[in-house]
Amino acid sequence: MSGIVETHVTPAPKDKSKVKKLWQIAAILAIVTAIEFVFAITLPKGVLLYTIFITLTLVKAFYIVSEFMHLKYEVKVLIWSIMIPLIFVVWLIIALIYEGGNL
Amino acid sequence: MAATATATEETGKSLWQGGVSPLKASYGKLMMWFFLLSDAFTFSGLLIAYGYIRFSFPAYSGDPGAFVPSQEYWPIPEMVFDAFPFLHGIHLPLAFVGLMTFILILSSVTMVLAVEAGHRMDKKDVEKWMMWTILGGITFLGCQAWEWSHFISGSGKVGWGIDLTGNGVIDFVGANLAMNEYGPQVFADLFFFITGFHGTHVLSGVILNVIIFYQVATGVMERRGHYEMIEKVGLYWHFVDLVWVFVFTFFYLI
Repeated sequence: MSGIVETHVTPAPKDKSKVKKLWQIAAILAIVTAIEFVFAITLPKGVLLYTIFITLTLVKAFYIVSEFMHLKYEVKVLIWSIMIPLIFVVWLIIALIYEGGNL
Repeated sequence: MAATATATEETGKSLWQGGVSPLKASYGKLMMWFFLLSDAFTFSGLLIAYGYIRFSFPAYSGDPGAFVPSQEYWPIPEMVFDAFPFLHGIHLPLAFVGLMTFILILSSVTMVLAVEAGHRMDKKDVEKWMMWTILGGITFLGCQAWEWSHFISGSGKVGWGIDLTGNGVIDFVGANLAMNEYGPQVFADLFFFITGFHGTHVLSGVILNVIIFYQVATGVMERRGHYEMIEKVGLYWHFVDLVWVFVFTFFYLI
């Protein structure tokens, strides 16, 4: 912290396996999106299709949160303090969609 | 930071006596997580409202190909969002939104690669990947601007529009907050609110990314000795991507 000193940091070498894994997850996310897209225009609308869509969305959400946001590698207490409130939200979404259908 | 934590561990203090980061995450990251949780509640509120309102309207029961909008039932998203820039008049259901989703996912990937480069203290790589992330974000915003302007100015399809006077002539096409040609009035309201609120998040994400990119380029992070700020902004950026994944499902697919 002694003023502005021009530092030169030598970067560490690339972790090839880590980068490869990230691109693999990207491919999974892209493929799942493509599958959703194909299903949306080919399959008839209904509870079955909605269930497939929500399941695939949760698959994508899992990869984004656990790998990209690195939550999988955090302490367990942190994982649960984020996940438990969200589980209640999912319940609320399902409950109100059901209620809305009964109006 | 690391030095402090090690010192505390060596003195054998208990967790409750201070000096240890709770949940083994830095203050900034922890607070970002809690902010994102609260932001997730806000978006859930919007999506819950959407689901509730959508299913309180009758669904369109006829042949999807012969769909014509009406105030009586909820529109089919794939018939409303079937336009693609430069391909006027061709029916390409959800292709453009699919592309937008893909762009946002890609920009999320380049963000993780920036974080990874930050761990290695590789300034050049961080700059490169941050640049791609910013470009992805701006492209997404541009796509959304196109989507909005198309939605507002009208689909231009035969038989689509509102006959205000009841004389068989269509006097209104497109959409605003009070009226829309696609279906019940609240459909356009929800479209503007949900995608608009998400777009605002993307915009603020892009601004944050630009600030961080500037700091990286001027060597602020290198002098600081770590690139943790990239991780914090990265968390926000991934969250924006995550929200879009849900908006894509609930608004466009279902």
